[in-house]
Amino acid sequence: MAESIKDKVAIVGMGCTQFGERWDVGLEDLVIEAAYEAYEDAGVESKDIEAAWVGVMYNTTAAGTLASPLKLGSIPCTRVENACGTGQEALRNACYGLIAKAFDLVLVVGVEKMKDVGFGGLAGSGPTLSGTEAWRPVYFYGVSPPTRYALAATSYFAKYGLTPEEGKRVLAKISVKSHYYGARNPKAHLKREVTEEQVMKAPMISWPLGLYDCCGVTDGASAAVLCRTEDAKAFRDDYVVFKGFGAASGPGMGKVLTDYDFTWWDETEGAVRQAYEQAGIKNPRKEIDLVELHDCFSIAELIATESLFLCERGKYKEQMSDIDAYHLEGVMPVNVSGGLKSFGHPIGASGCRETYENYKQIQGKAQDPSRQKKKWKTDQRLALAHNQGGHPGKFACNVTVIGLP
Amino acid sequence: MVGIISYGAYIPVYRLSRELLAQVWGGAARKGEKAVANFDEDAITMAVEACSDALGEVERNADGLYFASTTPPYREKQCASIIAAALDFPVDREFFSADFNNSLRAATSALKAGFDAVKSGMARKVIIATADCRLPAPHSGSETLFGDGASAFILGDTDVAVEIEGIYTIYSEFMDEWRKEKDTYSLTWENRFIFEEGYEKHFPRAIEGLMAKHGLTREDFSKFVLYAPDAKRHAAMVKRLGLEPNKVQQPLFDQVGHTGCALVPMMLVEALEGAKPGDKILMANYSDGADAFSLRVTEQIENVRDRRGVKRHLDSKLMLANYGKYLVFRDLMEWEPERRPADVSSLTSLWRERNQFLRFHGGKCRSCGTVQHPIQRVCAVCQAKDDYEEVRLSDKKGTIFSFAMDERAMVKDLPNVSCVIDFDGGGRYVGVLTDREPEKVRTGMEVEMTLRNLHDGAGIHNYCWKPRPVRVLQGGENG
Repeated sequence: MAESIKDKVAIVGMGCTQFGERWDVGLEDLVIEAAYEAYEDAGVESKDIEAAWVGVMYNTTAAGTLASPLKLGSIPCTRVENACGTGQEALRNACYGLIAKAFDLVLVVGVEKMKDVGFGGLAGSGPTLSGTEAWRPVYFYGVSPPTRYALAATSYFAKYGLTPEEGKRVLAKISVKSHYYGARNPKAHLKREVTEEQVMKAPMISWPLGLYDCCGVTDGASAAVLCRTEDAKAFRDDYVVFKGFGAASGPGMGKVLTDYDFTWWDETEGAVRQAYEQAGIKNPRKEIDLVELHDCFSIAELIATESLFLCERGKYKEQMSDIDAYHLEGVMPVNVSGGLKSFGHPIGASGCRETYENYKQIQGKAQDPSRQKKKWKTDQRLALAHNQGGHPGKFACNVTVIGLP
Repeated sequence: MVGIISYGAYIPVYRLSRELLAQVWGGAARKGEKAVANFDEDAITMAVEACSDALGEVERNADGLYFASTTPPYREKQCASIIAAALDFPVDREFFSADFNNSLRAATSALKAGFDAVKSGMARKVIIATADCRLPAPHSGSETLFGDGASAFILGDTDVAVEIEGIYTIYSEFMDEWRKEKDTYSLTWENRFIFEEGYEKHFPRAIEGLMAKHGLTREDFSKFVLYAPDAKRHAAMVKRLGLEPNKVQQPLFDQVGHTGCALVPMMLVEALEGAKPGDKILMANYSDGADAFSLRVTEQIENVRDRRGVKRHLDSKLMLANYGKYLVFRDLMEWEPERRPADVSSLTSLWRERNQFLRFHGGKCRSCGTVQHPIQRVCAVCQAKDDYEEVRLSDKKGTIFSFAMDERAMVKDLPNVSCVIDFDGGGRYVGVLTDREPEKVRTGMEVEMTLRNLHDGAGIHNYCWKPRPVRVLQGGENG
């Protein structure tokens, strides 16, 4: 009989590199920077680690990405990949390795070195890269990541009767918020506030999405040391446990079936339902304190907020008429780290990095005291992280809820 | 009776005004404009357009397809076979495909070969496709003159709309224009020599030969469709032959330009658009010799009046705003090197999936009826496995469900307008909208499919279908 993950796995250490254009460091440096910070946080060393998972998309030299720089012993080392949802994919696999009692102490690193390619945008985001589009030279050709999300924005605006101008203004408020928190987060990539007018007038990337609707292209890594909850006390008192871990890969027929409209995300809904059920969450808006969601684009934050049931479908504009709702001490704080948008989005790292933010907040150790959440809805301090790979119409999604035991 | 059952033509939507050329290079502006193929078009894609126009709703039951062009996109590799596949002609039975290249007279050579095949009983129906996209040297007379275009005829022995009554053809080794393997632009000689010893000597011989062979006189014809290297020589030839100007089909130089191989066939299409049953047309083509045809229009012409042909394509156009766009379309400069990875391709994949991308088939589930593209082996709605029939989507119209306009895409014509389209009758496709005005793109916009070259990754022309705003609306009104 299958059992819920709730309270079975603990995070006893986490680390996160400075995110940004890290011209001075390579992939291995990023791995070392994140892993050693996590080691220090947990009070462990490489020799204590019994198994490791690395989430990385572009650097595909499998487990060597981890084992070589960290000089891990001859232990199981696994690379996992699920596009932009890679980071939490690595976390999830590590959790189940612990629950199966195959290991007692494991390491997870999410990492991506994106800025060695010599141009803006994603490396090799061509049609032949991933999924069932693999080696299809003409299908879905030239449909860039911003465009994939812009298709969702156009559809959302049309469905809910927003003019492009009105729609863009709703999205602009989201980007202003992301930049506000990025500016207050020392490890963030984009540390500059922007105004709504700046967002509205920014150069177009893929209409209707402009420059400030899109996340940066960033180098970074984040790491976690995990054990079973019963062993956690040996490492620290303020450990944090998983309350729920949902995952869903949809068949991705959004580009095929005419009844899909791109304005809601089936896989996100599927993953979050699992996570809520495992965590025993009935009313997420009343029970969850913090949300780190996958906002690679402003429209991604809007739709994910709805698909995580933090807001009714199509009601984002009304329910954010006061954007304060989504700020640190608002009703439903979302991406107070700056999000993928401003903190940065190194593909393989983001899922771990979201969990890092939630872990630190729960412990009261948020980077920069001005960003530390003070009021909590319950003693559990429930924080959700949502991470997904693919594109509207075809996602692989993970949702974690963590909190105090 | 053997002749033309149906005709079609194609003119790219983009036009370059000759006034703009004069602004760029100086000098007096020439009259009119020329048709310019979009960056994703070539002789193959334009031929597919013209053939689709000629085919209309006709069943794909021809016995062969001949393709004539001096600008085949492949120097080695037959183009007719690609065109036949894009048009979705079956491969599992006898079919004769052939390319006719290297001469501006290639289209009428193909027409004669097709006529001979039907006349001899070797074939019942043959498609003659012709397209040219000749690259003129910048700042040359050719740049002003050349235009891009295509036409197609279906030849057969039943329902003939234009009977081919007689043909007379001669050859000549005369060098008018030529291109060797590595020449980018065509070469020629002093033009008075070329015209006086070439065109003006040989062209009338074919016409005289046709009349003598079939006992015809000028007075037997109501229309003359005559090749000429340019407007001035055309007028001179009309005078020399002593023809009444109102019986002469005007060449397309002013609105389209000299469309190479496709010039005389396109002129014939325009003549047929205005023809009545009983009209007799003399068509003559030139280069490396000359061909003359005696044609008679029948009652059946009324059945092919809905073709887009020349006239409706002429009326549907977008003016190029500047010469820079033209330079980009024809790739005429050495550009800043692209720092992003080059396009890649896989011949294996293109071959494996040819039915859904080159023929543009979707799968229609036999169990629940849902049309899906690309073809899903397991139905996305009812999960029936391997239980579908392939349906052609290239001839379906659709509407834009959502769209985005990418300003950073690695394509020549920004923005790259990606759109989700839903086909009439079912099926969805995400593709790049071509031949579009970005400011006019809307959700709900009606689109039709057009074959284009998406990119040249792996040294292959990676053809697939793109949506474009419907060029000619029902009833002939322009989209």
